[in-house]
Amino acid sequence: MPKIDRKLISKKKDIIVDLKKIIKAENVLDHEDETRPFETDALSAYKQKPMVVIFPENTEEVSKILAYCNQQRIKVVPRGAGTGLSGGALPLADSILLCLGKFNKIIDIDYKNRCVVAQPGVTNLSITQAVQDKGFYYAPDPSSQIACSIGGNVAENSGGVHSLKYGTTTNNLFGVEIVLMDGTISRLGGKTFDSEGYDLLGLVTGSEGLLCVITEVTVKILKKPQTIKAALIGFSSIEDGGRCVSDIIASGIIPSGMEMMDKALIHATDNFVKAGYPRDAESMLIVELDGTKKEVEELIERVNNIAKKNKSSSIKISKNERQRLKFWAGRKAAFPACGDMAPDYYCMDGTIPRRKLAEVLKEIGRLSKKYNLPVANAFHAGDGNLHPLIMYDANEKNSLERTEKFGADILKYCVKVGGVLTGEHGVGVEKRELMCEMFNNNDIQQQIKIKKALDSSSLLNPGKVYPILRKCAEEGRVHVHRGKTKFANIPRF
Amino acid sequence: MSTEEKQNLPTYQDSNSVEYPQNEIEVSNFIKKFYKSNVPIELIGSGSKRKIGKPLQCSKTLSLTKLNGIIEYLPEELYIKVKACTSIQQIEEELKKNKQQLAFEPIDFGYLFNGKSNCGTAAGQVACNISGSRRFKVGSVRDHVLGFRGVNGKGEIIKSGGNVVKNVTGYDLSKLVCGSYGTLIALTEITFKVLPAPEASKTLIIHDKKIEPATFLLEQAISSSNDISGAAFFPIEPKVPGCVMNIEKTFKLNDLKYGGSLTTIRIEGSKKSINLRIQNLIDELKIVNFDISILDTYQSEIFWNKVKSLEFFSSSKNNILRIVIPPSECVQLVYQLSNKFKYYLDWGGALMWMEAFELSEEMFESIRKKVVKHGGYVTMIKNSDYLPYVEDVFTINRGRFDISQNIKKSFDPKRILNPGKMYTGI
Repeated sequence: MPKIDRKLISKKKDIIVDLKKIIKAENVLDHEDETRPFETDALSAYKQKPMVVIFPENTEEVSKILAYCNQQRIKVVPRGAGTGLSGGALPLADSILLCLGKFNKIIDIDYKNRCVVAQPGVTNLSITQAVQDKGFYYAPDPSSQIACSIGGNVAENSGGVHSLKYGTTTNNLFGVEIVLMDGTISRLGGKTFDSEGYDLLGLVTGSEGLLCVITEVTVKILKKPQTIKAALIGFSSIEDGGRCVSDIIASGIIPSGMEMMDKALIHATDNFVKAGYPRDAESMLIVELDGTKKEVEELIERVNNIAKKNKSSSIKISKNERQRLKFWAGRKAAFPACGDMAPDYYCMDGTIPRRKLAEVLKEIGRLSKKYNLPVANAFHAGDGNLHPLIMYDANEKNSLERTEKFGADILKYCVKVGGVLTGEHGVGVEKRELMCEMFNNNDIQQQIKIKKALDSSSLLNPGKVYPILRKCAEEGRVHVHRGKTKFANIPRF
Repeated sequence: MSTEEKQNLPTYQDSNSVEYPQNEIEVSNFIKKFYKSNVPIELIGSGSKRKIGKPLQCSKTLSLTKLNGIIEYLPEELYIKVKACTSIQQIEEELKKNKQQLAFEPIDFGYLFNGKSNCGTAAGQVACNISGSRRFKVGSVRDHVLGFRGVNGKGEIIKSGGNVVKNVTGYDLSKLVCGSYGTLIALTEITFKVLPAPEASKTLIIHDKKIEPATFLLEQAISSSNDISGAAFFPIEPKVPGCVMNIEKTFKLNDLKYGGSLTTIRIEGSKKSINLRIQNLIDELKIVNFDISILDTYQSEIFWNKVKSLEFFSSSKNNILRIVIPPSECVQLVYQLSNKFKYYLDWGGALMWMEAFELSEEMFESIRKKVVKHGGYVTMIKNSDYLPYVEDVFTINRGRFDISQNIKKSFDPKRILNPGKMYTGI
């Protein structure tokens, strides 16, 4: 992480006094016992207590706090519900952790414009719950939707199992209210489609809390489809399953969701929730189709035929809503099911071109042997987003280190076959050192310049997304003494 | 005169020299040279949308037309990677072979500016980010750009994104580049997401409704679960002096059975399902006793092509404005504009195209004030002989302007790429 500013920490008491002048004293937590619950997000392998935790209650307070921190050169780490899997909300020892937990109200439900205006701490699922009685829903549904906040979804550009057809957060967003590090409050978008000038809304979506703090979100809602059905298809090889995915897409069908699991995960999840999965299969697909009744029947028939052509070993079509949800129950319980298999697991997140699936899974199998760590694979097959779950035991010496190396090798391979480092979990601290696998110096410099355009002193969520090891080189200030580069063995790009 | 003064002049031009780089490296070398010598440049493709934005007459023009051709098209991976100035026509023809399409319906300004169809190039579509009637369902250009390569204002080659839909690695610069009118980057390569083209399309048309019931029907249709992909309204009123009302001439189709205004709803998908959805809509909207027409796939496609290419205004010599507002506001706005303009609504009322006869800059600014008050924005798309130039073509507020200016500096520190094209100072 960035160098700790000890001088700043020594002024902690004064800072707390100042903060209590801006927000209610009860919303400032500074005792070690109070800050400990915030030392990590859902990437719990990394822990660090912040200097102070604060809970502002409105946009004006956020603005005043950021302006104050900007002036005092205090680092700020924004945090939503803390469900992020890449350490994006990991505090720094000399930082203020700015929690949006008190921003928990839905402000406006606007059916005429088919949108909901919510504060950023509102959970993803509660937006759907607020509009479902009128038959509407909010499409992006990350697995953590019961707990993750909509502000966090914007910061990470969260996806979910239905993003193949309905897109990720960025495609379902109308507007945000943001506060910049200097305290400026700005509105991007509103209730209109697109906005004029630079697409700043698109820029801040997925910016992982590095550009601004989000204080209000307007999302698009959709009418629920008339019929939803799911097919559960087993295959006796991974290759057959992979080919079936490609063939479904190539035939012109865009399922609302298409999930794949390997044998290890089929067993783990079926043991966990008894979802009725084909236990003898090497790979399994859940293909969900939605639309009008007639349309869904037609599509199910077509999917059925494509599956048979690809030597499927079993096919089950959901007969009713209860059965459809049961099909999903296993998939949605993939993570806790892994918890049953090993004391710890590490969830990776890369995206690959669909046609490379069998090749990538083979490589993961090879690496699993190399590192002597078991792995189970869940895969948003429709959009190529792969989640290998590496099992390990944190109590074993060096096991986390080995797991991280294994994970990094998987992601490097994803990039090698034409994919990307992260599909929906974000770069955070977890993958920042891998950024140079995908981007060269120019690319990263351009992104850092954008960061500086909005946060000139780099105080907002520093140490995330961009590599730290090579920081000196990144900011263009490498001191070369008499032609000799210091620490020449450190790779620079 | 200083460089900055020159950059802020609408009619500044030292010479008329156009450079034609053959590849990305040459684009980079040209821009590096112009960066060093502080020479502002205009970036152009085929020029089909060149007249949008403030007129630029820079001392140099960089034409990217030599950068054309499809680099990679993988139908089963749902993407196509092209060089920046590949024509949209070529891309669409290639996609058609695999029954795929650019779902955002690339806008066709050809009729408006030159009297014949011309969708221009991939880079032009990205630079303007103006999408067709399917916008409310599938998103705009910005939702279909997976990645790009380009050259910034210092001549550095940069890239962002990739070839896959799900990607959150680094900032999403593709979004930023969409709609930036060449002021941030000279695009060299673009990867578009492609989608299966619908097997069939039908259009349900309700005749002779006034704006209020018409927009109510469109809202009900979009809010239903019938998955509609077009919702437009063509009024026959007001009759404005200087504007020709030409619904019948524009939409001359066999199955348009009645006259009057047209409230139009498009449904796309498999043949069986669209018939059922049309029937559902007729029941749900309770329009069984209304004068309705139904267009089959052939006529439906012609109809929406005409909507997309603004043929409603094709003979116009007047100013053409594009207004985007929350759909709930459109009726109020139309009333407030006091029947002085010819218009039609798309995106279920969220988009209003407007033709204005003898428009003055003051009137344009007064329209803008009303639009902004309703939570929207307005763009001057086409100038006229009567009002050939407006100071503020695009809408922006102070806060967003300040951020945008900083973003511009981060890409183009000396402001040499299309300076002033969007806003004075950017």
